[in-house]
Amino acid sequence: MKKLSTEVLVIGGGAAGLSAAAEAASAGAKVLVVESDLRPGGQLIKQTHKFFGSKDEYAGTRGFKIADILLDEINSFKDSVSILQNTTVSGYYKEDDEFTAMRGEEEYFHIKAKKTIVATGAQERLIPFPNNDIPGVYGAGAVQTLMNVYGVLPGRRVLMVGAGNIGLIVSYQLMQAGVQVAAVVEAAPRVGGYWVHAAKIRRMGVPILLRHSIKRALGEKCITGAVITGLNERFEPVGPEQQINCDLICIAVGLSPTTELLSQAGCKMMYVPQLCGNVAQRDRGMRTSNPDFYTAGDAGGIEEASAAMVEGRIAGLSAAAALGYPTEHGKLDEYWGRLQSLRKGEAGARICQGIDCVLVKDWEGVAHA
Amino acid sequence: MEEKVNPGGTGAALDLIEEHPILEFQHGKKITFFFDGRELEGFEGEPISSALHANGVRVYRETADMHRPRGFFCAIGKCSSCFMVVDGVPNVRTCVTPLTAGMRVETQRGRGVVPGSDEGGASS
Amino acid sequence: MPDKDLEMLFNSGVLTGEREGAMLPPRDLWEGKKGGLVVVECPQRIPCNPCHTSCPTGAIMPFADINDTPRVDWTKCTGCTLCVSACPGLACLVIDLTFSEENALYKLPYEMLPLPVKGQKVQCLDREGAFLAEGTVENVTQPRKDRTHVVHVSAPKGLVAVFRSIRVVK
Ligand SMILES: Cc1cc2nc3c(=O)[nH]c(=O)nc-3n(C[C@H](O)[C@H](O)[C@H](O)COP(=O)(O)OP(=O)(O)OC[C@H]3O[C@@H](n4cnc5c(N)ncnc54)[C@H](O)[C@@H]3O)c2cc1C
Ligand code: SF4
Ligand code: SF4
Ligand code: FES
Repeated sequence: MKKLSTEVLVIGGGAAGLSAAAEAASAGAKVLVVESDLRPGGQLIKQTHKFFGSKDEYAGTRGFKIADILLDEINSFKDSVSILQNTTVSGYYKEDDEFTAMRGEEEYFHIKAKKTIVATGAQERLIPFPNNDIPGVYGAGAVQTLMNVYGVLPGRRVLMVGAGNIGLIVSYQLMQAGVQVAAVVEAAPRVGGYWVHAAKIRRMGVPILLRHSIKRALGEKCITGAVITGLNERFEPVGPEQQINCDLICIAVGLSPTTELLSQAGCKMMYVPQLCGNVAQRDRGMRTSNPDFYTAGDAGGIEEASAAMVEGRIAGLSAAAALGYPTEHGKLDEYWGRLQSLRKGEAGARICQGIDCVLVKDWEGVAHA
Repeated sequence: MEEKVNPGGTGAALDLIEEHPILEFQHGKKITFFFDGRELEGFEGEPISSALHANGVRVYRETADMHRPRGFFCAIGKCSSCFMVVDGVPNVRTCVTPLTAGMRVETQRGRGVVPGSDEGGASS
Repeated sequence: MPDKDLEMLFNSGVLTGEREGAMLPPRDLWEGKKGGLVVVECPQRIPCNPCHTSCPTGAIMPFADINDTPRVDWTKCTGCTLCVSACPGLACLVIDLTFSEENALYKLPYEMLPLPVKGQKVQCLDREGAFLAEGTVENVTQPRKDRTHVVHVSAPKGLVAVFRSIRVVK
C-alpha cells in the first residue's frame, strides 16, 4: 500500500476543489487533489451551456471551458499541485489521522495531510415509483456524462422528471445531442429553475407539465415508457393519467451534499433545508469545527458553480494561511463581497438564510469535537 | 421499444453522437472487448459502461434476491448499480473503470463471487 | 384564457404579456430603425448580466444589482446582435422592421443542428413551439465565434409579437 503525504489535500476536483487548489498553491502550499472521476472538472465538464453570474466567475462562458481555464491555472503551479484522478477517498480514520483512497479497483493509498478541503460536490436524489430500478431510469448527471463527456446517445426519446435548472438544462442538452424530449414533468406549480431556461425549451415545442409527476415506469428489461399523472395542491396524484412513450427516464429532482468524510472527521453537522441537506458548520474561512478540515462548494450546500469557485478560493486561502503562508490582506473580504453579490437574487435569498444557520463567528470558545 | 442489442457484435454502428452543435468528441483508440462472450467495439480508456451503452447494452447485472435487471444510474461510481464481472473480478464499478483491449466483461448475477473465496463478495 | 391558466402558462416558461425585463421596443422608433432593435425576454430576477457587458453601445443599461432584470435604452441599440449571442438564457433577439414592405428580419440565437444555410426555408415557431409560418434564411452569423449562431430570417411583419424560434427541417 502506497503512502502519500501533502500539506493541503483537496478531495474532489470540481469547480470548488480546483479553485481551492489554485488558491492554496498560489500562496505557496503543496497541494494534492484527489478526484474519483477519470478526469478532473466535476460537474463543469458536463455543461455545454453558457454560465450565468458575472465576469469574475466567467459568465457567458460554457461550463466545460471554465474547467479548462481552472486546469490551466493549476498547471501554472505544476511543481506544487498534483492531481490523482480515478482515485476515490474512501474513508478518514481519526485515530491515525489518515485517509484511505483507492485508484481504480485495486490500488490503495494512505494519505496524510496537514489541512484537508472537502469539495466532494453532491449526490443525486431519486424519487420512489414502481420500476424505478429498471435500466433506462438514469440520473441527470449520468445522462450528461454519457452524452457530453463520452458522446454516447443516452436514448432516443426521454421523459424528464423535474424542472429545476438541471432538468431544464439537461433537456436542452438532450435536444442538442439529437434526443427527443417527450415532456418535462414538475410537481410544483412553477418551474424551479430559471425562467429563461424553461422558455428555451418551450419554444422548441417541449411541454412542461406543472403539477404533474411520474406514476410508474413501464418495461421488463429496459424502459419502454412511463405513466404520468396530474397532482393536486397537496401533491396527491389525481390524474388524468397519460402514457408517454420513451426509452429513457431522466431523474432531475435535486441534489444532496456529499458529506460522509466531514462526518467521519467529526465536523459539527447540521441539517439545513435551504442548503439541501446535512452540511458542516463553518466559519468565514470555510473552516469546520475540526480545525484541519474545510468545506467548499456543493458539499457545503447546493448552490452554483460561481459560488462554488469563490468558496473554493476562500477555503484554499484559509488553509494556506493556517499553514503559515503569507496571504494577501483583504482577499477574504473581497471574496465574501463576491459571494454576497451572487446571493442577492431570488435563489440567493434562500441560500443566505441557509448560510446564516451554519456560519459561526469563530471557533474560539466552541469545544472542538 | 425493444432492448437494442447488437446481435453480431462488431460491424454494427455504435450509438454515438455523430455531430454536436457545441462539442467535439475526441474518442480514444478503437479496440475490441468481450461482453458475455460476444466481441464488441469500444474506445480505450472510456468507461466500460459507456462502451456497453454505445453497443445498445443496457442491462449490466441481475440482483441477488429479486433477479431484477440493473443498468447504471449515477455514472460517478457512487451507487453500485453498474457492478459487473470484469476479467473474472466481480463488483467492478463499470462506470468509472476504463476499458482496455481484450477485456472480458460479464453480466453479474447475484452478488458475484470473489475469485479464491467461497463466499459472495459484498454488494455495496 | 382565465388569469389562473395564464399564470400557469407563464410559470412554465411562456411569456404571456409584457412585463419588467420583457418589453417590446417603442413602435415609432422601431419602424424606422435600420438594423433593427433588440427584444429582451428576461422577466425574472437572476444573477446574470452578459447582455449588458456584451453590449458595445450601452443600450442594455448597467445593472445596479446583478440580479436586476435588464433595462433597455432603445435609442442606443444598433441591432448588432452581440447580446443575442452572449446571453446564456437565449433571451435576446433583434427584429428589423425595415427589411421590406411585408417582411421583417428576425435575428434569432440558434444552438442546434442542423445549421440552416442562406436561402433555406425554415419553420417559424411561437413561444410554445407551434408553427406560425414559413420564413427564409437571409444570413447565418456567429458573432462571438463560440458556436452560438444568429440566424437571420425574413418573415411576415405581423409576427413581431409571437415569432420567437425556428425549426430547421433537413
Ligand atoms: C445541469 C447542470 C447545470 C448547471 N448550470 C449551472 C450554471 O449555469 N451556473 C452555475 O454557476 N452553476 C451551474 N450548475 C451547478 C454547478 O455545476 C455546481 O454547483 C458546481 O459544479 C459545484 O462544484 P463542486 O466543485 O462543489 O462539485 P462538483 O463539480 O460536483 O465536483 C465534486 C467532485 O468531487 C469528486 N468526488 C466526490 N467524492 C469524492 C471522493 N470521495 N474522492 C474523490 N473525489 C470525489 C466528484 O467526482 C466530483 O468531480 C449546474 C449543475 C448542473 C448539474
Ligand atoms: S443588439 Fe447590439 S446594440 Fe442592441 S442591445 Fe444588443 S448588443 Fe446592444
Ligand atoms: S444575459 Fe440574458 S439571461 Fe442574463 S440577464 Fe441578460 S437577458 Fe437575462
Ligand atoms: S452507475 Fe452508480 S456506481 Fe456506476
